[in-house]
Formats: sequence, structure tokens, C-alpha cells
Amino acid sequence: MNGVSNNRLNETWQRFAVALPYIWLLVFFLAPFVIILKISVADPVLALPPVTPLIGDSGQLQMTADNYVFLLTDKLYAITYLRSLMMAALATLLCLAIGFPIAYGIARSKPSTRSVLLLLIILPFWISFLLRVYAWMGLLNNYGVINNFLVWTGITSQPLQMMYTDFAIYVGLVYSYLPFMILPLYATLERMDLNLVEAAQDLGARPSEAFWNITWPLARPGVIAGCLLVFIPATGEYVIPYLLGGPESLLIGRVLFDEFFANRDWPLASAVAVVLLFLVVIPIVILQRNQARDAEQLA
Amino acid sequence: MTDQKDTPAFIEVRSLSKHFGDFVAVDSVNLQINKGELFSILGGSGCGKTTLLRMLAGFEVPTSGQIFLDGVDVTNQPPYERPVNMMFQSYAIFPHMSVEKNIAYGLQKDRLPKSEIDERVQDMLRLVQMESFASRKPGQLSGGQRQRVALARALVKNPKVLLLDEPLAALDKKLREHTQFELMNIQDKLGITFIVVTHDQEEAMILSTRIAVMENGRFEQIGRPKEVYEFPKNRFVADFIGTINMFEGVLQGVRNGKVIVASDECGSSLNVICDDPPTPGSDVCVAVRPEKIYISQNRPDNSEDTCLPGIIEDLGYFGNISLYRIRLETGKIVQVSAQNRQRTIDRTLEWDDEIFISWRPRSAVLLTK
Repeated sequence: MNGVSNNRLNETWQRFAVALPYIWLLVFFLAPFVIILKISVADPVLALPPVTPLIGDSGQLQMTADNYVFLLTDKLYAITYLRSLMMAALATLLCLAIGFPIAYGIARSKPSTRSVLLLLIILPFWISFLLRVYAWMGLLNNYGVINNFLVWTGITSQPLQMMYTDFAIYVGLVYSYLPFMILPLYATLERMDLNLVEAAQDLGARPSEAFWNITWPLARPGVIAGCLLVFIPATGEYVIPYLLGGPESLLIGRVLFDEFFANRDWPLASAVAVVLLFLVVIPIVILQRNQARDAEQLA
Repeated sequence: MTDQKDTPAFIEVRSLSKHFGDFVAVDSVNLQINKGELFSILGGSGCGKTTLLRMLAGFEVPTSGQIFLDGVDVTNQPPYERPVNMMFQSYAIFPHMSVEKNIAYGLQKDRLPKSEIDERVQDMLRLVQMESFASRKPGQLSGGQRQRVALARALVKNPKVLLLDEPLAALDKKLREHTQFELMNIQDKLGITFIVVTHDQEEAMILSTRIAVMENGRFEQIGRPKEVYEFPKNRFVADFIGTINMFEGVLQGVRNGKVIVASDECGSSLNVICDDPPTPGSDVCVAVRPEKIYISQNRPDNSEDTCLPGIIEDLGYFGNISLYRIRLETGKIVQVSAQNRQRTIDRTLEWDDEIFISWRPRSAVLLTK
């Protein structure tokens, strides 16, 4: 009897555990999103909050597509979205190119060194993100460490303009998001049976062929996870372009901030956020579906 | 096979060593393997057998020494250039490729025409009886089926040597017995030289034309299964292969071609036939296999045999045989096995029965090392 009741208890717990992520998403993602969605179809007013309510005084539904229409008609938004996506995509590729060898190296090192190296990857998180971006300003500006060194060695006669350029944004993005690429890559590479690569070589594959035929396809779940973890936050990134980028490098995170705080146009800002969400969600859904298919095949 | 001294060996390993830091995994071993042999390297874990195999495959670079294959020095050839293929213990089947693609992989790397690849893959699938699983993914296969795929993938390139790392370790007992004979059949059919690394002495005995017993990076003995079992060179080999009773003693002298050994362990002197006895006074060991010992309730009257009284301490019934643990007067335990020839439900021998054990002079081995 005891066993039966234990099982029942377990079942309840199991259901709860399965429901937990859904509850979390409902409370902390779906509910706020519905609120943003609601604001995005309202009109701005001078009030607190500065938006028209969904249900008017006489009980009528107050909804407008004006904000979305505006986003579509004003070219600036389309260009900014595109710029943000391209920048995030390039930063993601750079993270992948730098992160893959690092993750591979860690996964193939001795178990004792492995934990130390992983700790070093995570170590920067112990310092405030903002502080680390500020530190880059000190490194990249015209009289910063890097330029001083270049002038001192005579490689350049004049300091290179690095601050307030796209280059600085890429440096900041890659630096900040690299750990998010390395960790999932490491997790998949570490699980991979080294014998597989050896078997490929044994069957006549040169090391480079073995890498592209075996290691790379098997690392794909990690590559996808790492790319998503970098691409998604990089698209809407505000702090790094704001601090390191120039005035002409207008990105969607900046637009969103300005609409919200400078213009106090909550509905338009919300519309910007909703469109951004869909722009990012679509590639995720595609990749997720790919990944699910891969997982099925490997199972 | 061993007496073809005039023809050069197909595989020759010359004073091959591998050090990992201070640790010597393989300690300057020499080995000659003939074409078409099914050669086993047998040893416990950490004896260096896998390192030796990995050097033959090209995954480990030897610290010193040379490997010749069919007259060619392959010591510095990378694995992808050696005409050698390996079947891994984990099988290492590519999980993202179908059975067919796994087998075809090696041929594709050789840039063979597609029609030839298809044909050879089909031949291999037929050989290992996996035709109906060609398009399956490895995840959908059982352990035995994976083993067949691994074997087919390693054989499809028609290598000069096939290396097998614990080929049967991952299979259950029944399947292992079946697969053993299948491996031998395939080897016989294709005539490819097999080198098997195993810790399972039974596997080595059944499969091999010759066995090398390895310990601490060195070969303790190389010989046919019967040689290794019946004529072990030293205590390690005697003890490692099968079960054996060992009586430590001192060599007294030689009389009528028989060596007399005084052993405190069994409380009497033992007679052994030995062609090349060491000098009297040296420490030796008389070793007898359990199945070569007779057990009887009355003292046997053959004076040539060694005969010792004892008490049955323990007995185990295995169906086909019974195992007895006999305690001698000195307290030494001797293992004896006997065929259950009579079909009976009654026991003839019981716990604590006083009995005699005896063996022929030729049944025992004299070990000096």
C-alpha cells in the first residue's frame, strides 16, 4: 500500500515538475508579452501610464494598428532592424569561430585542467557586465592601452580610431557573449566519443576530413544552442553599442530605448519590441525544429 | 604456423616501446605474426595491450622501435595511410550515419566509383547478415547488430590486418559464443590477418591460432593456445590462463628422468617430468591443473603418481562438472574438477569426506620463474 501511495506522490511531483517551466513561461514571459502587445495597439496620451486603455470609457474596444503601420512606412526602422540582425549575425559567427577551438581545446584537455579552464571562462561573470564594457573603453580609445602600444612600437604613427566604431561594437559583443557560445559547445564536444574521430581516420579520413565528417555534424546541437544564446541577446543589445559604438551606428536596442524614455512613446516602443521578438523567434523556431529532427535521428 | 621460419613475418614488431611520462606502457616488445593468423594479445587491464594495438593502428606514436607490415616500415605512417583497419571496443559507429553510410565511409575516402562502393557495401552487408538493416540508424540497432556493422565497416576496405579491441566484451554470453565462431568463419573466408586484444582468456583460447600473454608492457609467453595452457613458461602465465594449483618447493634432484621437489606446502615430495631441469637446490613450483587431478576414496596403488590425502572442504555442482576444494593435511587448498560421467542424483562424495587426490607425473608442470 505504501508503495502505491508513494508512486502517486511521485506522479503528482512529476506532473508539477513538468508543469514548472510552463508556469514560469506563463508568468514571466507570456503575461508581460500580452501587456506589451496590448500597449503596442494603443495610442500615446499625456497621462500615467502614457497610453490609452484597451477598454474605453464607454466600454468600446480601443485598438489601433497605427504603430505597426508607422514602423513599416518609416524606412529608418527597417534599416535599423536589418543592421541589428546583421550585426548580431556577424558577432555570432565571430563567437563561433573563436569559441569552437576554445571549447574543443577544453573538451580534449585533461579532466583536472578542464575544470580550471571552465572556471576561467566563467570568471568574467563575477565582475559587473557594465564595468567590463567600460574597461574596453579604456583599452580602445585613442589614448588607450592598445593605441599607446601601437604608437610606441611604431606600427602606426597615429592612434587608430577604434572607439565609437562598429569595430568596437563587435569587440564588445564578441567579448561579452563568447562564454555563452563556449559553454554549450563544450558540453556537446565533451560528450563526444573520441573513438569516432579515430575510427574516421582509421578508415582513411585525414584529420580535416574527420573533423568535417564527424566532429562538426555531431557538434551541431551545441553550435545551434550557442548561436541562439549569442544571437538573441546580441540583436537587442543596448549597452554595448551605446557605450562603444558611434552615433551613426543606430541599432534597434537604442531605438527602443529612445522611443520609450526620450520620446515617452510607449505604444511605438512596444510595437518595436513586438516586431523584434518575431524577427528573433522565427529563426529560433526553424533551428529548434532542425535540432529536434537531429535529436530524433541520433536517438 | 610458427615453424615457417624462412618466410619473413607478415607483421614484425621490433623492440617497440611506448612511454607516457614515467609510465612504461609497452616495454620494448618483439613480435612476429604470419599472414592469415588470428593472433590474440591477452592480458589484464593496464598491461599495455591496448597501447600496443593503438600503435599498430597508428593512433599512438611509439617512443622507440619499429613496425613492419608486409615488408614496409609503417612506424611513422598516420592511421589514414595504413592498410590496417580497427574495430573499436565501443564500436565507434558514426551515430549520424545509416548502417550503409557507415560501411561506405572508408571506401568514399578512397574516392572509389559509386557503383563499386555500392557493390562492396552490399557484399559486406551480406557477409554480416545485415542486408535488411542497411538504412537503419545506429540508434535503432542492438548491441550485436552494432558489432556486425563495426566489423563490416572495418573489413570493407579489405585491410591487410584487422585489429579488434575486445571485440566481444560488450555482448552477452550466448551472443558472444555465437559471434566467436562467426568471427572465425569470416576470418577463414577472407584470409585477413586478425589481431585481437582481449582480457578474456576463454575468448583468446577459442579464437586464436596463437596467443601472446602480456603483463607490465612485456610478453610473458607467445604460443599456440595449447602451449600456453599446457606448457606455461612461468607462474604468471600458469596462473593467468585458467585455474592451476601451485606448490612451491625446492628441487631435490633428478631420478629416472623425473625431478623430485620437496614441497612444504603439500607435506611431501612431488615427482615431475621435466626435460630441462634446473640445478638442485633452486626454488621451483609444481603446477597442476584441476582437471588433471583424480579424486578417489581409496589410495590408488600406482606408485609413480603423486598421491596426497585430504578432506573435501567444499564442492560445487556445475552440471557437466563438479568442482572440489580439497584441504591437504598442511592446510593447503587444492582445486580439483571432475566430469560428472554418471547420471545420478546421489552424491558419491560429500563434504568432509576423507579422500585421496592423485595425478600422473606428466600432468604437472615445473615452473622456475
